[in-house]
Amino acid sequence: MDFATVLQVFDSTVRLATPLLLACLAGLYSERAGIFDIGLEGKMLAAAFFSGAVAAVTGSVWLGLLAGIAASMALSGIHGLASITFRGNQLISGVAINFLAAGLTVVIAQDWFQQGGRTPSLVGGARFSPIELPFAEAVKDVPIIGQTYYQLISGHTALVYIAFAMVPLTWWLLFRTRFGLRLRAVGENPAAVDTAGVSVIGIRYAAVAICGLLCGIAGAYLATALQAGFVKDMTAGRGYIALAALIFAKWRPWYALSSTLLFGFLQAIALRYQNIDLGGFVVPVQFMDALPYILTVVILAGFVGKAIPPRAGGEPYAKER
Amino acid sequence: MNTVTQTGRQETAAPAIELRGISKAFGPVQANKDISIRVMPGTIHGIIGENGAGKSTLMSILYGFYKADAGEIFINGNLTPIPDSQTAIRAGIGMVFQHFKLVQNFTVLENVILGAEDGALLRPSLSKARGTLKRLAEEYELNVDPDALIEDLSVGHQQRVEILKALYREADILILDEPTGVLTPAEADHLFRILENLKREGKTIILITHKLREIMHITDTVSVMRRGEMTATVKTAETSPEKLAELMVGRKVLLRVDKKPAAPGANVLEVENLRVVDEDGVERLKGISLNVRAGEILGIAGVAGNGQSQLLEVLGGVAHGTGSIRIKGQEIDLTGKHSDAQSRRARGIAHVPEDRQREGLIMDFTAWENSVFGYHHDPAYQKNKFLMDNAAIQNETEGKMERFDVRPPDPNLPAKSFSGGNQQKIVLAREIERNPDLLLIGQPTRGVDIGAIEFIHQQIIELRDAGKAILLVSVELEEILSMSDRIAVMFDGKIMGERLPQETDEKELGLLMAGVNGEVA
Repeated sequence: MDFATVLQVFDSTVRLATPLLLACLAGLYSERAGIFDIGLEGKMLAAAFFSGAVAAVTGSVWLGLLAGIAASMALSGIHGLASITFRGNQLISGVAINFLAAGLTVVIAQDWFQQGGRTPSLVGGARFSPIELPFAEAVKDVPIIGQTYYQLISGHTALVYIAFAMVPLTWWLLFRTRFGLRLRAVGENPAAVDTAGVSVIGIRYAAVAICGLLCGIAGAYLATALQAGFVKDMTAGRGYIALAALIFAKWRPWYALSSTLLFGFLQAIALRYQNIDLGGFVVPVQFMDALPYILTVVILAGFVGKAIPPRAGGEPYAKER
Repeated sequence: MNTVTQTGRQETAAPAIELRGISKAFGPVQANKDISIRVMPGTIHGIIGENGAGKSTLMSILYGFYKADAGEIFINGNLTPIPDSQTAIRAGIGMVFQHFKLVQNFTVLENVILGAEDGALLRPSLSKARGTLKRLAEEYELNVDPDALIEDLSVGHQQRVEILKALYREADILILDEPTGVLTPAEADHLFRILENLKREGKTIILITHKLREIMHITDTVSVMRRGEMTATVKTAETSPEKLAELMVGRKVLLRVDKKPAAPGANVLEVENLRVVDEDGVERLKGISLNVRAGEILGIAGVAGNGQSQLLEVLGGVAHGTGSIRIKGQEIDLTGKHSDAQSRRARGIAHVPEDRQREGLIMDFTAWENSVFGYHHDPAYQKNKFLMDNAAIQNETEGKMERFDVRPPDPNLPAKSFSGGNQQKIVLAREIERNPDLLLIGQPTRGVDIGAIEFIHQQIIELRDAGKAILLVSVELEEILSMSDRIAVMFDGKIMGERLPQETDEKELGLLMAGVNGEVA
């Protein structure tokens, strides 16, 4: 395998890891505040559709992005209402959101565009285009460093850079600011926050809103950057993979970066090497496609050491009598 | 000058807290009925009452956790409505809850600044808090490592963090809800020193408790609550434990246990060289030898965590150990399939566990279901091969509840809806009514109302007088001294010594509990 191929695989890893990373960080905010969110998948899907649809109609990818974020945050609002205000079961609310998004996106797409549940293909300004970083063209022939810069670092869409910038930002917000301290406390022991005179409900809604925002960006990325338009079920379980990555990452931002890169890498390998020949035995393409999902199951089954979730996760907060 | 202002303030100044006509109902239950109270600044005011008398509700109203249905709150003479905790904190009220409100995996510093940060960034708040904590630690003997995680601290230290939280918010009025329930005697003494220091600095302290000894020991004035009403407020110096107990319960209470001298018979339990190693590889029992005779109560004293729990668990068949245990001269299996709790019960060992809510009862199950656990294989409870005779069990439970004065006497209520004392009576009825040769009983009156304590003690004495052997484990020295016929003190998994209750006192036992051998000292 030559260096160019390696770079191509890594490049594809970055592109495939981006939606996972955004969704994983989205889940991190929500779960760190004590709200389990199994509805990442549904929120991404809704965002993918609405961003694709609005971009197709208006021709503006930025309007599409806003529409995607709005759709995802609306679903977050529903989740917040169900699990914070009405103290419902967070898993059930999340599952409902996934069903809602899976059904509604296809139905509305068919009604609006009559293309079998997809949006028209996005062209030109309706898609995010790659950003050429400074000097990329000039150094692209410099061995190793220049090649890496040109191939791997430069030439991604704005959303990729936003996603990676979110990692240090999230770390800083969680561990260096008042908001982060309160958010983490609310996920560990909401009574401590409440008795300190801070609104538990307010902080949890804020966390859920950030979760909606990031899921919205992730969904929009799928429809307007990674691919050109929305297709039915285009999230393909990425919301669940992001949840697995979150557990793998032990609810920490930097670990989230590594775990989503790992999943992205597996997807990139599966995409590039459809059939791997191991000296006479050919690994079937289906196995390669299934690999990221198999890893998800393995991780969710708890084979990766002890991961302690936020202690108050999944429990609605009510003042005790 | 200091003394002048202090006495002057006490006589003429407005009360630090004044409540007028506070009422609060939870559905049909009237938790607080028209309560009025005045607490003068710079004093320690006790509020005493049985569980469920409404003490905690009243303080939660003062802290803005609940909203009163009626009534007014005055702070330093000014009418101050307190709709939420934020307002209470601003009014200078700090509260130390019975169950601490700390974030377990945060450091002490982070817990202290939570909700009282100075700005959007943490760094300045943290360094300011570090300085303040250092000052408070010197001023009030409130030493805690600011960088330690809460989960690594002892309960006593966690409590200090709660007090520090309140002081960091510049509280002038400090409310403590049952602060000594989880503390060792030494930790409790330290807490009282802290409270005295705070009082000296002019802080006002409200202490909620059901322990008469603490009230007599540290408070200046005391209010008694019974069934949601304030029945009396008196100066502590002008009252006595007997009078307070009577006010709490509404009738005369025997604080001393009334019992005949023991008439011990043959050995029922003989333990030799008993050792227990826990899951972490720590040796918790280091070669215990003891015996209990028929018609005798052996009390095991000790600070919690010195192996008493393991001793009860091994004897009760809940944990494994090595050594030798004999019941009426017969060796008991310590390993194998006849070493479990059920086999022990079959051999006449009844066990009232220390933690009744986790080990003694299933809280969501009904009283009648709970009243046969451990004995549910008894043929008397079976209708046929597959079905249990529920009607018979319910009938029997009704009888037990009547004999043990469980209130309300409804076998169909879940265990969790009974008060602590009544839960204990359900467990006690289950174990005692099987007529065991040996009763193991841990912390029989922890979290139990004073009226029920009296009843439970009587039941244990009656069992003794019926010629049974009793092994009593308690962290309450008073209980050990008044109940036992012999006292063994445990420290660090060993028996430090045996004493007769009439020949020893709290001081000597306290030394043994601290690992200091009485004869040497």
